Parts: sequence; structure tokens; C-alpha cells
Amino acid sequence: MRHWLRVCVLILALGAAAPALALQPQPPKEFVPVDEVPPGEQIPAINMVAAAYGFVWVAVLGYVWSIARRLKHVESELSDLESRRK
Amino acid sequence: MRKLTTPFIGLSAGMLFVAPWLINMAPFESTMGLVQKIFYFHFPAAILFLVSAIVCGIASIRFLFFKKASADAWAIASAELGLLFGALTLVTGPLWARKAWGVWWVWDPRLTMSLVLFLIFAAYTILRKFGGPGSDKLAAGMALFGMLNVPFIYVSVNIWRTLHPMTSVVPTLPTEFGIPLWFCFAAFTMLFIALLNLRATLALQQARIEALYLDEDEA
Repeated sequence: MRHWLRVCVLILALGAAAPALALQPQPPKEFVPVDEVPPGEQIPAINMVAAAYGFVWVAVLGYVWSIARRLKHVESELSDLESRRK
Repeated sequence: MRKLTTPFIGLSAGMLFVAPWLINMAPFESTMGLVQKIFYFHFPAAILFLVSAIVCGIASIRFLFFKKASADAWAIASAELGLLFGALTLVTGPLWARKAWGVWWVWDPRLTMSLVLFLIFAAYTILRKFGGPGSDKLAAGMALFGMLNVPFIYVSVNIWRTLHPMTSVVPTLPTEFGIPLWFCFAAFTMLFIALLNLRATLALQQARIEALYLDEDEA
């Protein structure tokens, strides 16, 4: 008897939860292309392209500047040392 | 070689200024659209990243077996350029991937091993700067591991199917995509050669300064 009572309570509880479960958003059943995701979750391609090219330019120019500065410093130090030895 | 540095830098700078115009003229790729245009800088940077590892490895072998100071300078120069081109590859790649794949990063063999190669270059550079006496040989050994990584990185996309395109994509590109790509590749290659030469010159001069200071201390 107690066993049947437990089964009935469980069925009632599941029945009460059914509306709440129905309100849950359904998970996607398959792959969603990036262009079809909601606009709020999309990043415009132009931002990515601008960031990529901007980073390349900044990194390359920064490195060229760094090499030029270090070469200038080393060459002046070398000429100082060589003149001191003479 | 030093004579070629200035014309190479000038020519590559001119070509890189023209490159955006050529890239803009290239048609949009049908599935990825605008974001595919990152490819024109991503591919040359990635190839030169691998070339840096090969140059660093060969120079390190020459340094380890023949004790050539010039080979050590080339190894230092290529490791630093590996860091630069590795950073360009590892930043432009995820920016493209986020739009094309929907994720910034996946732990697939090519991306993971590229990150490992970048970390090897970082370790090499830190070791050479702060390692003290004997660090040159240890760093040279590390560069060999970096070079051994290169074939694995290159063929990994053909062995394991991942999100990253296979190596067959570039040789089969239509002409209208190929022209801006090989133009950018030529510009980056000239820049790479010029910077490699300048950085090796800097390393040789730094070694000469150290030798002069040692002479002064002994005198």
C-alpha cells in the first residue's frame, strides 16, 4: 500500500513540474552557423579584420623601432669602447 | 648581405602599404565573407614562424658542433623573429576563428603545437637573456626541439581532421585569391630576411662588446 502511495506522489510531482519543464528553452538540435545566432551574440567581421591588421602593423613597426634603437645604442657603446682602447 | 637590408626593408614596407589595396580588390570567399581576408597576413606570418624554427635549429646545430659565433647570432635572431611571427600567427588566427568557427581557440594538434613552439621561442629568449654562462648550449638544445616540432605542425592537419583547413588549400587557391596572398608572402619574406640580418648584426655586436669588456677586466 505504501509503495503505491509513493508512486502516486511521484506521478503528481512530475505532473506539477510539467509546466515548468515546458517553459525551458529547447537546446539546439544541430550546429547553428555563426551568422544565424542572435545579433547580440555576433561580432562584426570588420572588427576582427581591423583588429588583426592593426595588431600586425603595430607589432611589426614596434619591432623595427626596437631593433633600430638597440642597434644605435650598441653601435655608440662599441665606438666608445674602441676609442677608449686606442 | 648587409647591403641588401635597406632595400629589402624599403621594398617590403612599400609592398605592405600596397597590400591592403590588393586585399580589398580580392573577391569575398563564399562561406566566410570578409573575415577570410585575415588569411592574407595570417598565412605568411605562420609560414615564417615555422621558417624561424628551422633557421634557429640549423644555426644551433652549427653552433653546437662547430662553435661558430655567427651561427649563435643567427640562432638568437631567428628565435626573436620566431616570437614576433608566432605572436602574429597566434593573434590573427583566433580573431579569424572566432568569426568563422564560433570559438577563439580549440586544442587541436596544430594550434596546440604552434603554441608549444611559441613557448619554446619564449623560453629560448628568456634563457639567453637571463641564463648566464652555459645557457647558450642549453638554449641551442632547446632550439633543436623547436625545429623537430615543425614537420609535425605542418602535417598535423592532414593526419587528424580538425577545424583548421588542410595544407591542400593554398596550392589550389584560385588566381584572384592567390595574387594578393603571394604578394603579401613576398613582402613578409623580404621583411623577415632584412630583420633577421639586422638582429644577427646586433647579436654579433653585443658579443663583441662583451669580449671587449672581458679584455678590459683582464688587462
